[in-house]
Amino acid sequence: MIPLSWYLWLSAALFSVGLFGVLARRNAIAILLAIELMLNAVNINLVAFWRYLTPGQMNGQVFAVIVLAVAAAEVAVGLALVISVYRRRQTVVADELDLLKW
Amino acid sequence: MSLELLLFLILALIAIASALGMLLSRHAVYAALFLVLNFATVAVFYLLLNAPFIAMAQITVYAGAIMVLFLFVIMLLGTEVLPPSPVLPWQRPLAFLLALGLLAESVYLLFFRQRLTLSLPATIDPFSGPKAIGQALFTGYLLPFEITSILLLVAMVGAILLTRKER
Amino acid sequence: MTAADFSLFLPLAVLLIWATVLLIVDLFIPKERKGWTASLSALGLALTLFLSLRQWGETASGFGEMLRVDPFATFINALLLLSGLGGVLLAYGSIRRHGVERGEYYTLLLFSVSGMMLMAQARDLILLFLGLELLSIPLYVLAAFALPRLDSEEAGLKYFLLGAFASGFFLYGTALLYGASGTTLLSGIAQAWSQAGRNLFFLVGAALILVGLGFKVALVPFHMWTPDVYQGAPTAVTGFMAAGAKIAGFAALWRIFTEALPGLAPDVTPILWALSALTMLLGNLLAIAQKNVKRMLAYSSIAHAGYILMAFVPFGVPQVRDVALAAGLFYLITYAITNFGAWAVVSALERQAGQGLELDDYAGLGSKAPALALAMTVFMLSLTGVPPTLGLIGKFYLFRSVIEAGFYGLAVLGVLTSLISAYYYLRLVVIMYMRPGEPQPVANPWLNLTWGAMAILTVLFSLIPAPLFWWASQSVLR
Repeated sequence: MIPLSWYLWLSAALFSVGLFGVLARRNAIAILLAIELMLNAVNINLVAFWRYLTPGQMNGQVFAVIVLAVAAAEVAVGLALVISVYRRRQTVVADELDLLKW
Repeated sequence: MSLELLLFLILALIAIASALGMLLSRHAVYAALFLVLNFATVAVFYLLLNAPFIAMAQITVYAGAIMVLFLFVIMLLGTEVLPPSPVLPWQRPLAFLLALGLLAESVYLLFFRQRLTLSLPATIDPFSGPKAIGQALFTGYLLPFEITSILLLVAMVGAILLTRKER
Repeated sequence: MTAADFSLFLPLAVLLIWATVLLIVDLFIPKERKGWTASLSALGLALTLFLSLRQWGETASGFGEMLRVDPFATFINALLLLSGLGGVLLAYGSIRRHGVERGEYYTLLLFSVSGMMLMAQARDLILLFLGLELLSIPLYVLAAFALPRLDSEEAGLKYFLLGAFASGFFLYGTALLYGASGTTLLSGIAQAWSQAGRNLFFLVGAALILVGLGFKVALVPFHMWTPDVYQGAPTAVTGFMAAGAKIAGFAALWRIFTEALPGLAPDVTPILWALSALTMLLGNLLAIAQKNVKRMLAYSSIAHAGYILMAFVPFGVPQVRDVALAAGLFYLITYAITNFGAWAVVSALERQAGQGLELDDYAGLGSKAPALALAMTVFMLSLTGVPPTLGLIGKFYLFRSVIEAGFYGLAVLGVLTSLISAYYYLRLVVIMYMRPGEPQPVANPWLNLTWGAMAILTVLFSLIPAPLFWWASQSVLR
């Protein structure tokens, strides 16, 4: 019997790794990968909550499916942006894009 | 310790290790492949959670479509090796602090929630999953479902627009 | 889906279908006739506005309580659709001149507006998340729309990376709220709260949602993308983004916190107080140092997010809550009108490749183009909050409601930061009138219409604000 809190732990850990990745990496593709990890961690949460709290309804699973679709849409646009920037700049290092100029 | 718990622990270890691998590898292709491993492991968790449909969607959409797209772009651009770049002095510690803060927060959260160790509700027939999701998507969740389709259309138009060469 | 559901969904459905059809129709419109696409998209927005206003006074939920029509939603929808029209006007007046006119611009704008409307109407976390994404994804593309220009592409990429990061936070927050209550419906969450009481899932979930939406509306610790994106994106997109995304973000914030988490007020109020104070202070202080008008207006829009958030600070004080929210809604109108006017002026002075955007480029405008300079003066005065402009009335209502709720410090801070802001807003006015220069404003009828109409409205509504305020106070979430 796996307690729900274990899943939440795992999800929080993966989310934190993703968060760290977004803040620490400079390459746009690496940042995008880390964002995917964050979304994925949220999905673990959703499915685990669904299984333990509301297995009779489908809300958690539906939410997870929609998050999957949205992640795909985001990645498509994000990679298109990366490609178009790279074409002219020959770089995807976020630094050289002044990403951190605040 | 039951077999299930052992399986969970091993899988969790793989998931976190592969996430860290993605974080630390300098090679973009390795990073992407580590993430594929992570996604595949997470799919097994979904099977453990009696959500076979999500597990399959995870494999096909995440590990399949999205990561293939990533690998394709990485190789198309020829940016396999991520150049080591100078790090702003405060950036790493700040990132670490923030991530640690979130982790600590969630640990705190979980230890103060005794209710969450409650027993699992009665098992449901795992093969009713896809059908039930389909039904939910086309009845109660019709509106989100349709909006998602619009969202995919917008993303498609946007991606084409951004990468089209004609000007 | 029943007929009643559909009648609630009608405006949004019309807009979505219109946009999808326009996407196809646009393929058959020759490149030099893209004005047709612009007019058709404006027609779609106007039609939706008409349908949406017909729902005025109605209060109902559909699709299993997921979609809401109430005066609040109708008010926000109307404001968003008008912003969309403003966006089309700005774009039509400028993107051709910059050689980036393509028909998809208008359809993406329509999709973005529908995402914003969804955020104002959704009473379900899934739908809210979808609204947020439908708002954002077209905006990422639009920010990068001046494609051959590097700063525009970078703006798009930056906006995308930070936006996707922010939606990660928002999503984690919604997952925790779902975990705490077992439902994604806002009403269900409120019910679960009243049964379970305070627990950390609600608190952390709410905090993460606040962070996610804070990025979208550019509150201060989460504002760092704003200046670069506002500067890099095509001016027409910036004008639309500055109004639309903020209105929708605040609408969602209001709805989530008042409908799902009213009990959280004691915990959230100090955070909101601090965010509002910090945003006003830092936004205004950083704006002083800017030499580029687009960057200056970007910081000014950050500061205004602080003022708007101010209206939300007293949401735990029942007697003042409604008045404060009405003041907030009124301030949204004020901000939207002034914002479009100011960006239209910036657009009129912008030359090819991002030239003509420095403060010095405005020198001599007072003698060269008196009407344009006068309009810009009106907008600057309104942003500062000086009579006879709408900005003053908006700030007056805001500060009054905050004082009524007993947040004197915040009101004082609001007045002080307004004084600070006078420095950089009036500096622009001084440069326009006092310094000699050779500005080259573009006389485009659509841009002229935009800034002219906005300037007149700014002054007119400041003289008779009562009907607008009445409308805002009727539109409060209950």
